[in-house]
Amino acid sequence: MVHIKRIVLDVLKPHNPNALDFTTAIAEKVPGCRIRLTVAAMDEKTETVLLIIEGENVPYSAITEVISSLGGSIHSIDEVDVENGPVETEPA
Amino acid sequence: MASMIAELTRLLTLTRSHVIARRYFVVNGFDGALTMLGLLVGFYVSDEARLPVVINACLGVAIALGMSGVSSAYISEVAEKQRELRELEKAMVADLGQSAHARAARLLPVFIAGVNGVAPLAIALVILMPLYAAPLFEPLSLHPLVSAFGLALIMIFLLGVYLGRISHTFWLWAGLRTLLIAAATTGLIFTLSPG
Repeated sequence: MVHIKRIVLDVLKPHNPNALDFTTAIAEKVPGCRIRLTVAAMDEKTETVLLIIEGENVPYSAITEVISSLGGSIHSIDEVDVENGPVETEPA
Repeated sequence: MASMIAELTRLLTLTRSHVIARRYFVVNGFDGALTMLGLLVGFYVSDEARLPVVINACLGVAIALGMSGVSSAYISEVAEKQRELRELEKAMVADLGQSAHARAARLLPVFIAGVNGVAPLAIALVILMPLYAAPLFEPLSLHPLVSAFGLALIMIFLLGVYLGRISHTFWLWAGLRTLLIAAATTGLIFTLSPG
């Protein structure tokens, strides 16, 4: 079973919700995950943020859903850390 | 119901519209209170107005203020929120139709219009209570118009106190300032009234 352990997203979002409300809203949808947001660039109405999400099994689709519901859009996946489970040995 | 209130609170916070709703409440509430005060003083100066006439006239004005508040705020807020959404969509280069911002643009004008309409209507109805309850005031030999006038002053003072709390100024001074406006209005009506 393949699990996403860490993902770094480049996201364009409106100023509102602010960084704290934005990450809190995402964290509510992905229990057990650790989220870090860094503002990379600011514009008049928007800001580009770097979102780092870490966890045992990061639910990517739930994250994209909540980001778009908050008015944000994912520009790129900048880094990803994926792990496959231990190899199952077939009984002889 | 609880989830609807939570959603409304979230959208108000997201768009910072709670400030607009609060401003509408104070502005139109003050409008309602001062209009009722003016009508009551006008009827008091006229001397011969019967109570049912006073009640019907005041009620008519209160309802008109409420309807005017709802319709004017709705029309202007829909236009403002739609413009804000279009500008945000332009900046994001994306369709935000499914986002919380689009939900806010649809729902908040209704809420703000409600606040703008209910504020003057509710305050006016509170001020009119002594007129409805006139038989109860008879044993106290209180003139219903004077009682309603007193209640109007109290409501205007409370709105001032509320404004004082918002602006973090001394509540008594803020309340007295709005009372001063009420006193000036009353004085003007007495001065300009032909008698």
